[in-house]
Amino acid sequence: MKKFMALILLLLPLSVFASASVGLQEADIDLSDKASLQRGAKTFVTYCLGCHSAKHMRYKRIAIDFGMEDADVLKEIAPVGAAIYDQMHSAMNGHDANKWFGTQPPDLSLIARSRGADWLYSYLKGFYVDKSKPLGVNNTVFEDVGMPNMLWQLQGLQTPVYKNTAEGETKVIEKLVLEEEGTMSPEEFDKTVNDLVNFLVYVGEPVQLEREQMGKYVLFFLLMFLVLAYLLKKEYWKDIH
Amino acid sequence: MKPTRVEACCHWVEKRFPISKLWNDHMAQYYAPKNFNFWYFFGSLALLVLVNQFITGILLTMNYKPDAKLAFDSVEYIMRDVDWGWLVRYMHSTGASAFFIVVYLHMFRGLMYGSFKQPRELIWTFGMLIFLCLMAEAFMGYLLPWGQMSYWGAQVIISLFSAIPVIGDDLSLWIRGDYVISDATLNRFFAFHVIAVPLVLLMLVFLHIVALHEVGSNNPDGIEIKESKDPWGHPVDGIPFHPYYTVKDIVGVGVFMFFFATVIFYMPEMGGYFLEHANFIPADPLKTPEHIAPVWYFTPFYAILRAVPDKFAGVIAMGGAIVVLFLLPWLDRSPVKSIRYRGGMFKKALALFVISFLVLGYLGTQPATPGAVTAARIFTAIYFGFFLLMPIYTRWEKTKPVPKSLTHTPSLEECIPCIKATFEEMIVKQEVETADGRTSTQLRPNPAGIMAVLVRFAKNLKASLE
Repeated sequence: MKKFMALILLLLPLSVFASASVGLQEADIDLSDKASLQRGAKTFVTYCLGCHSAKHMRYKRIAIDFGMEDADVLKEIAPVGAAIYDQMHSAMNGHDANKWFGTQPPDLSLIARSRGADWLYSYLKGFYVDKSKPLGVNNTVFEDVGMPNMLWQLQGLQTPVYKNTAEGETKVIEKLVLEEEGTMSPEEFDKTVNDLVNFLVYVGEPVQLEREQMGKYVLFFLLMFLVLAYLLKKEYWKDIH
Repeated sequence: MKPTRVEACCHWVEKRFPISKLWNDHMAQYYAPKNFNFWYFFGSLALLVLVNQFITGILLTMNYKPDAKLAFDSVEYIMRDVDWGWLVRYMHSTGASAFFIVVYLHMFRGLMYGSFKQPRELIWTFGMLIFLCLMAEAFMGYLLPWGQMSYWGAQVIISLFSAIPVIGDDLSLWIRGDYVISDATLNRFFAFHVIAVPLVLLMLVFLHIVALHEVGSNNPDGIEIKESKDPWGHPVDGIPFHPYYTVKDIVGVGVFMFFFATVIFYMPEMGGYFLEHANFIPADPLKTPEHIAPVWYFTPFYAILRAVPDKFAGVIAMGGAIVVLFLLPWLDRSPVKSIRYRGGMFKKALALFVISFLVLGYLGTQPATPGAVTAARIFTAIYFGFFLLMPIYTRWEKTKPVPKSLTHTPSLEECIPCIKATFEEMIVKQEVETADGRTSTQLRPNPAGIMAVLVRFAKNLKASLE
């Protein structure tokens, strides 16, 4: 009975990890790569900001964190007309959004914290042609999503290859193949998407890089404090047996 | 001239307020048993976390907006635009989880060493009331960020009240102030979270400590140190709380803060357990998340709730899981306090209880599949069995004789040679000649040694359970 319980206790957590990451591709997140973050920011403003806002993010913060001049951020990253202290608001208003998509596209400030980087990476690469859908595309990680593939010109068009399943069963997609090439090679496209996801992870919590750098000093200080506290305790407790 | 002025001032205060009497009674001449071990850190740590929650909480209220339209954004404003706001918020959110870790360990210590037994029943009762308050505080605080999990978690828990026959629907309506969780609910939860419950909590902590200092602390041996006193009337086995335990608790504080800071700076979400991923999506009354799970510290009780097929019976079972804890001092009929002198029955029962609590905690985070529900039922039965069968098995079992004075517990330093010897038994040293002619010593695991150590460990464990 005891052995059985120990086995259960050991196996339970494993089953969670196994089920959590099925079918997701791994994004390569490196927030210290400022060039990647800059490229990601540009891609975001060009392809996403039209519909999605990132209303908790200010251009000024980007300038500070990326080590850029305010003027450069406004020229290279921000859309025309944005001011440096503005938040990343979308140009599309709610009325139009409801008319065109039936809903307001979600704000992307925290999307990386709720969905995770790998999910975003796989999602952005997971669009395929599906003529039965109103927007002509479907997605492998987010079925029947109401968003068009904004990056199709870069990526090209993908079509699904289905697994061999028996008659009547639901079709399972095995992989996606590039049917019509885009302006980028698959490697270039992967890199672009990765930069974009990297930027979204940064936007999710701009302070995280600073936080991790600061952590070293805090932990070192606490370790020193601990040593002193321990020596103090030892001195006081010398005569207690 | 100056010192006498200061003295005069002190004297003036002293005549009007018993400051040095209080200090002596509760610190400098409060005698605590000298054999407190690792488990005795968690009381003072709970106090530390309480102070942390108060200070960070006050700072958070300065920028938080208790308004359904503004709450979510104001939290993000704190995280991004308020100087050090992220640190304050993470200290508060991590502090909430740390509070429960510390309190659960503190309660487990009480269970192990019989700290709830006569004459400390009231300390345990006050402690349980603190635990109850803490759960209310955490539950209401979790609604404030106004994320999806905040919203739907509160929705699920408050709808439990509607399971009560006759008055249920009106009661849950009265609690929410609306037909669903809404701005009205957020506002009242905010009031409770920042004023009402902390006030009660503080008073209960005061009562908990007053009651403790009246009867004196228990210890790992479960002996009353007041029973053997020296000619001056001080317990032979006691030492003044200050300075001995103040300096010792500072070491505990150092270790705790190290772990606390590690979480804050490197894993504030703790893989979705301290801050749930779905809570980074603003509350949406029209979109139910596919999987609603409470924060980890409620999951054992949530699993018990789901284990019972009927909703109202489930609510009763969940409440009962907490009520039995209150009854503990009167359920335990053993003549000895500490686990050290109890029989094997209690040790096995306690081990089963700990396992069932952990497994229920895990099951509460998972979707309720039929298999998970069956498992939850088994472990719920064990959970209640531990308490309800206690009057029987604690009376039956044979206890060991309790010594008159405290036994010696080896300290960490004294264990080092033993740990070293065990380590050396488990490895073999090999002299290896490297390519450039130098010799180096390689450490390799020694399977026979490891086996011997494991067998010895298992034998000791078995012997201690007899």
